[in-house]
Amino acid sequence: MAHALSMIVNGREVNAHVEARTLLVDFLRDHLGLTGTHVGCDTSQCGACVVQINGLSVKACTVLAMQADGADVTTIEGLAEGETLHPMQQAFQDHHGLQCGFCTPGMVMSALDIVRRHPDPSEAQIRDGLKGNFCRCTGYGSIVEAVQAGAKAMR
Amino acid sequence: MGRFGAGQPIRRVEDRRFLTGQGTYTDDRSLPNQAHMVVVRSVYAHARIEAIALEAARAMPGVIDIFTCADLDADGIGDVPTIFLPQNRDGSRMTAPRRRPLAQGVVRHVGEAVAIVIAETQAQARDAAELVQVDYDPLPAVAEAMDALEAGAPAVHDSHPDNLIVDWEMGDEAAVAEAFQSAARIVSLDLINNRVAPIAMEPRAALGQWDEAEDRFTLYTGSQGSHSLRTWLCRHVFGIPEEKMRVVAGDVGGGFGMRIFLFPEHALVLYAARKLGRPVKWVGDRSEAFLTDTHGRDHHSHARLALDEDGHFLALKVETVANLGAYVSQMGAFIPTLGGSGMLSGVYRTPHLHVHVRCALTNTAPVDAYRGAGRPEAAYLIERLVDAAARETGLAPDEIRRRNFIAPEQMPFTTSGGKTYDSGDFARLMDQAMARADWSGFPARREQSAKNGRLRGIGLAYYIEACGGGGPETARIMLSPEGDATVLIGTQSTGQGHETAYAQMVADGLSLPLSRIKVHQGDTDVVATGSGTGGSRSIPVGGAALAQAIEAVQAKAKRLAAHLLQAPEEDLSFADGRFTLPGSERSITLDELARASRDPDHLPEGMTPCLDATESFKPAAGTYPNGCHICEVEVDPETGETSILRYTIVDDFGVVLNPLLLQGQVHGGTVQGIGQALWEMAAYDPESGQLLAGSFMDYAVPRADFLPRIDSATDESIPCRTHPLGVKGAGEAGTIGAAPAVINAVVDALSPLGIRHVDMPATPHRVWKAIQQQRAGRFGT
Repeated sequence: MAHALSMIVNGREVNAHVEARTLLVDFLRDHLGLTGTHVGCDTSQCGACVVQINGLSVKACTVLAMQADGADVTTIEGLAEGETLHPMQQAFQDHHGLQCGFCTPGMVMSALDIVRRHPDPSEAQIRDGLKGNFCRCTGYGSIVEAVQAGAKAMR
Repeated sequence: MGRFGAGQPIRRVEDRRFLTGQGTYTDDRSLPNQAHMVVVRSVYAHARIEAIALEAARAMPGVIDIFTCADLDADGIGDVPTIFLPQNRDGSRMTAPRRRPLAQGVVRHVGEAVAIVIAETQAQARDAAELVQVDYDPLPAVAEAMDALEAGAPAVHDSHPDNLIVDWEMGDEAAVAEAFQSAARIVSLDLINNRVAPIAMEPRAALGQWDEAEDRFTLYTGSQGSHSLRTWLCRHVFGIPEEKMRVVAGDVGGGFGMRIFLFPEHALVLYAARKLGRPVKWVGDRSEAFLTDTHGRDHHSHARLALDEDGHFLALKVETVANLGAYVSQMGAFIPTLGGSGMLSGVYRTPHLHVHVRCALTNTAPVDAYRGAGRPEAAYLIERLVDAAARETGLAPDEIRRRNFIAPEQMPFTTSGGKTYDSGDFARLMDQAMARADWSGFPARREQSAKNGRLRGIGLAYYIEACGGGGPETARIMLSPEGDATVLIGTQSTGQGHETAYAQMVADGLSLPLSRIKVHQGDTDVVATGSGTGGSRSIPVGGAALAQAIEAVQAKAKRLAAHLLQAPEEDLSFADGRFTLPGSERSITLDELARASRDPDHLPEGMTPCLDATESFKPAAGTYPNGCHICEVEVDPETGETSILRYTIVDDFGVVLNPLLLQGQVHGGTVQGIGQALWEMAAYDPESGQLLAGSFMDYAVPRADFLPRIDSATDESIPCRTHPLGVKGAGEAGTIGAAPAVINAVVDALSPLGIRHVDMPATPHRVWKAIQQQRAGRFGT
């Protein structure tokens, strides 16, 4: 049975009907075509699917779409202002904080959550804040640098 | 050299699409009217399939069709091939057991594909797959290679009753035996190179399409090289000419060797698409990735080193048993034999080497190339053994290496492994690394740790890698009428940043901004040929081909400029995109030349239209990047937990193209090596053959909070002498150097307790157990 759903995604209102079992990540990807949010595991560990719900970071694979009914959702597609990258996105490019790019959307969204909690994060705070986001390419060092630089640019 | 020349840390051009969520990984692509495939997989490691009941599944909503091996057989679908077939030591050629895309009668590892369900949605296909009833008759299973080679072990394939699939050797056995006879000392070590899962963050996926009018397939799948996949699919699976298949990689979320290979799902989405006349998409989940991605390593080795009274190495003898899994993946038999064995000599003069490798079939996922592919196994073995020799001789780890290093003045040097190193200054790099790591200050730091009840250790490894192998690579450059450059090349980025690296070379050579250069890869309809990316070959081979193509375009442009300016070619100079005749007003830009080159009336005699060039490069010799890793750890003897406090690398990669990308390769590779050394283990239950580490809850992928910052540097003063650009390759180096450095450090930390060896992964449990056993042995229980 389909359920009516309404939410704000990246500043725009969306209305849809979804099955009760539809995960938020599948709703974003399959219904809205926002394929920047990725699925890298099936146990809610890798963090490639991190989005913001009402300003808080959430793994979109652990949330049913219906649980986000009425919420304000931000995905990686909602960060840049036209051609201008968000300072955190820019910092990832400047510090080579990505390689294959698959974990990157989740990394950037988690980085924003770290900055929300720690406007001037230490290396330890960043590493701790990223432990729910796996990257197999970079070894994390360049991501830590990117988050530090991004946080600075956002202050 | 200009702004974009070699050595410039150019920011990546591909980053913007990844950072804004605009990448196109396989699952991001959908085709009209596509159906979804879910794979029914074996829950047993070894079982006979008595019956498959499909009625209940077929009755489920949305189900379009279900296929088993019987359907593939009826439609003449071929096998997933084994490509590399080594020669056994008795002169016979390895015979590979057949591998059907869907199990035929018997399943041989957990996760083996048994049936495919095609439905309108993925959820419907999953629901129906739950109702496919496979009646299994379980058979005894064997998961460990050593067990598989025991007499009476269950046979994985009836065709190979003793499970021995390869019996291979290299080197001079008699000379080694003689050297051992005369040795003052023999040091031996038994080592396990643990099985690991590759963990590309994007799980494998495939989208197959069939064009009935054209009688032609299209396969969208993230890979490390679309061309080899196409060849294997056409030749071995479908029996069709390559013109009848297009393979498109798109963006690829990590590869690490695993994505070179043809997997059953590639064949199955295409089969189903043709059968149903609709595109068919399969997206694997992480559990499927753990169960069915090719794994890496899984070697057991007995290694013996003969030394003279001064600590000089006389000979090395290695006996290895390698686990190849239930089927031999395309290059599976290459890794432990030709892939790694020739590198066992390491950076040492050791005059004699003999290697005996036995490969076993087991009821586990197939094992194939994983970052380094044989070279990490070799480096781990020799660098652990050298440390053991240092301990037994009383020589310091750096001193015993210094005594045995191949010296720069001995280059080119052909090792006992049969590799000819062109260049390298191992002692100098080791000194640099020791200085950066404050090696001399270590005793004081160890004392400080001891005061805090911690065991501190320092470990050193000097790795060498062989790169640039494989086939030739072809690069094509075309200039548009506006003078924008398009590069077509058959290597494949899975994160390395080829779009930037290659564009950087073109920007430098043709004075173009990066925004006017587009690199195309991974589409067999666009790029004519390719050998893909693997073995750290993209810049050493692809880059060399591109450099030649850039030169050819420059030469063609210059000739055309001379023709149009009516000036002697040799008098023209090229700067900032413009050919100028010095001392005159005459000049012409590359853009103008690109336009003019399209009109035959403007061309000199014999010149083909358009500014373009196609050049191939086939390496005459391997390249040998090398370097020193130093790891410093602290072990908590109460918990067995190892913390890395400091990590230092000095590498010789020859000429460096883009230090930013290079560092990314080194650090990422190093963390994969550290992961293998300390945490990662694709563990199977030895009896049931069940994968115990089948998710991120059981398999410890390195996380940000596990790791310190890595200090790395390159010595760029030793260009490769056999390579036209002087580059040596860098993609796998970090992984190769890391594991021995980390374990040497852990063993060093534990050495005051009398512990001489710890196997990977040196998990807290394993280290704690070693400490407890040592204490029990020393003081009685």
